[in-house]
Amino acid sequence: MAKGDPGVSTRGRRAVPRSRKGATGDPELVQLLTPEGERLESVTGPDGTEYRVDFTDEEYRGFYRDLVLVRKLDAEATALQRQGELGLWASLLGQEAAQVGSGRALRTQDMAFPTYREHGVLYCRGIDPIMPLGLFRGVDQGGWDPNEFKFNMYTIVIGAQTLHATGYAMGVTMDGKTGTDEGEAVIAYFGDGATSQGDVNESFVWASVFNAPMVFFCQNNQYAISEPLERQTRIPLYRRAAGFGFPGVRVDGNDVLASYAVTRHALDNARHGQGPSLIEAYTYRMGAHTTSDDPTRYRIASEVEAWQAKDPIARMKAFLVKQKIADDDFFAEVDEQAKRESVHLRERVLEMPNPEPSSMFDHVYPNGSPLVDQERAQFTQYLESFEGSAH
Amino acid sequence: MATETLTLGKALNAGMRKALENDPKVVIMGEDVGKLGGVFRITDGLQKDFGDQRVIDTPLAESGIIGTAVGLAIRGYRPVCEIQFDGFVYPAYDQIVSQVAKMHYRSRGKLTIPMVIRIPFGGGIGAVEHHSESPEAYFSHTPGLKVATCANPQDAYVMIQQAIASDDPIVFLEPKRRYWEKGPVEVDQPLPEAYPLQAARIARPGTDATLIAYGPMVRTCLDAATAAAEDGRELEVIDLRTLAPLDLGQVYESVRRTGRAVVVHEAPSNIGLGAEVATRITEECFYSLESPVLRVTGYDIPYPASRVEEEYLPDLDRVLDAVDRTFGW
Repeated sequence: MAKGDPGVSTRGRRAVPRSRKGATGDPELVQLLTPEGERLESVTGPDGTEYRVDFTDEEYRGFYRDLVLVRKLDAEATALQRQGELGLWASLLGQEAAQVGSGRALRTQDMAFPTYREHGVLYCRGIDPIMPLGLFRGVDQGGWDPNEFKFNMYTIVIGAQTLHATGYAMGVTMDGKTGTDEGEAVIAYFGDGATSQGDVNESFVWASVFNAPMVFFCQNNQYAISEPLERQTRIPLYRRAAGFGFPGVRVDGNDVLASYAVTRHALDNARHGQGPSLIEAYTYRMGAHTTSDDPTRYRIASEVEAWQAKDPIARMKAFLVKQKIADDDFFAEVDEQAKRESVHLRERVLEMPNPEPSSMFDHVYPNGSPLVDQERAQFTQYLESFEGSAH
Repeated sequence: MATETLTLGKALNAGMRKALENDPKVVIMGEDVGKLGGVFRITDGLQKDFGDQRVIDTPLAESGIIGTAVGLAIRGYRPVCEIQFDGFVYPAYDQIVSQVAKMHYRSRGKLTIPMVIRIPFGGGIGAVEHHSESPEAYFSHTPGLKVATCANPQDAYVMIQQAIASDDPIVFLEPKRRYWEKGPVEVDQPLPEAYPLQAARIARPGTDATLIAYGPMVRTCLDAATAAAEDGRELEVIDLRTLAPLDLGQVYESVRRTGRAVVVHEAPSNIGLGAEVATRITEECFYSLESPVLRVTGYDIPYPASRVEEEYLPDLDRVLDAVDRTFGW
């Protein structure tokens, strides 16, 4: 995607159908691109907010490129796990649009708090996709500086990061960094299962009463491992926001343009000091929960097929073709780039060295600990006792 | 050097006031810490003087307190969290042991969480259930956390400032039944010259047996040593001060001299701090021991109803009884 600020550009604006409601058959769902690739000029959310985006052809192609790349890199990681090169992988398959749309909506100064599945957001932040693979290969446990990348380490305990995000957002307010276009906003990612967690609900309370510049981005992919949405809620998740006193919206999470629009709107509200929002990106986890999971035990093929018809990449491609924004050469070139980057990723994963055993004693405490020092010395001595022996 | 007589609670208050003055990134947060000054008044007057952006009354959810404090720490703040009572810390347990304790490690040292988690702990105040517990073993068992506890006003004043200034996440246990005990406090001693945070200290020298305690039990052991002295037995009392990591150098040195050791704490004995201390003494001082290391602790039952807590809590007589037993070996 071209650098700059997609969404406010007016170059290359295309004639698109007029705004219409209910294209999805679901009046609650904000959608700007139908599964058939039809573009809606604008759509009105349940609270009356009008969402619209305008992109240049280059920017539309950029979205497509991102979607294809993150899917391909994700597939490569799954393959690496199957070949024993990663211990585990949590695939984003099916959720590319929710992640690319929201990830591209972030401004440079914004801070993101991911779960362990936000590989697409990470990619859109301009971060090397190799970064989280150390965690899944087992050579580190994250290992990056959240402040350097404006992207927190992956969080595996479900929902815990929503509180971290909210505290960080409180700090943004305390630093006086809201109220202008340059204001900072914070986005917390989580899933439908996490909405049952105390931490998520506490973060809603905190963000609400402290008017924190927060966007809660829930990717409702319909399953918490095997448990369907009905086990977590009896109302649409986005409506929970009302009870906490801030806006909630459900967006078609397989529509990258709508995902971008609602996220950008919520982020801008937050940075301008208007407080938190909840976005429920309605999507589907096309793959397994992780590579250790077997979804055939708990869901039927016809359901997966129905969601296959709503694929986020296919609809973007259909739109680009219909509008003559991209041609076969472009699609081939994107595929070629995706292939190249995934091969490059694979090569680098295979080269990741195992950590030195004694490095497990590093960084337990900023100020160190005599106990850890003593155990490290004993461990080193123990290893040295084998030197020169056959073992 | 100016010396004031302060209660332990006032000393903590004065220490936090100094930390707030010295570092604009220090924030205090917890339930009722603002206008009320905390249920024990330990933060009394701080919100009035530093404002509600730095002394923050939080919603009533402990995981939320610690979890948002993690975010503030990532943002560059130094949160000092008050958990209202020991028995209320457990909703925050995941955030403390899985998040606070591991952030520095997971980030390979790139992120620090300079957080202090203040918890009034221990019994002896006639409280209802969940208000008298001693959860130190849970946190001392967690790598990545440091655990400290003060036993007198001077240490309270200095140690809380040292804990706030430290980049390590620290669970800071306050002996709630000693909040009202008075003692001299040197209020203008520069922090770098103060006795270190992560170090035990001999609270009373002696020659015949070693009592090892921390927090509320230090006073109990000092009283026991006074009583023993009247019977002609000189007990050395060591205040551990730091529970994680333990600082046992002086303990070993003492036990090598006395040959006898008794560890005293309010928490139940099973898998408690006393077990760890006794094991390490045995490993380091085996040939100097005249008797097994004994423990005087709370019983292995839930904290009982307050009308019987005096029977539950180690007291002077139980401590002296254990000392006698070390001599009967």
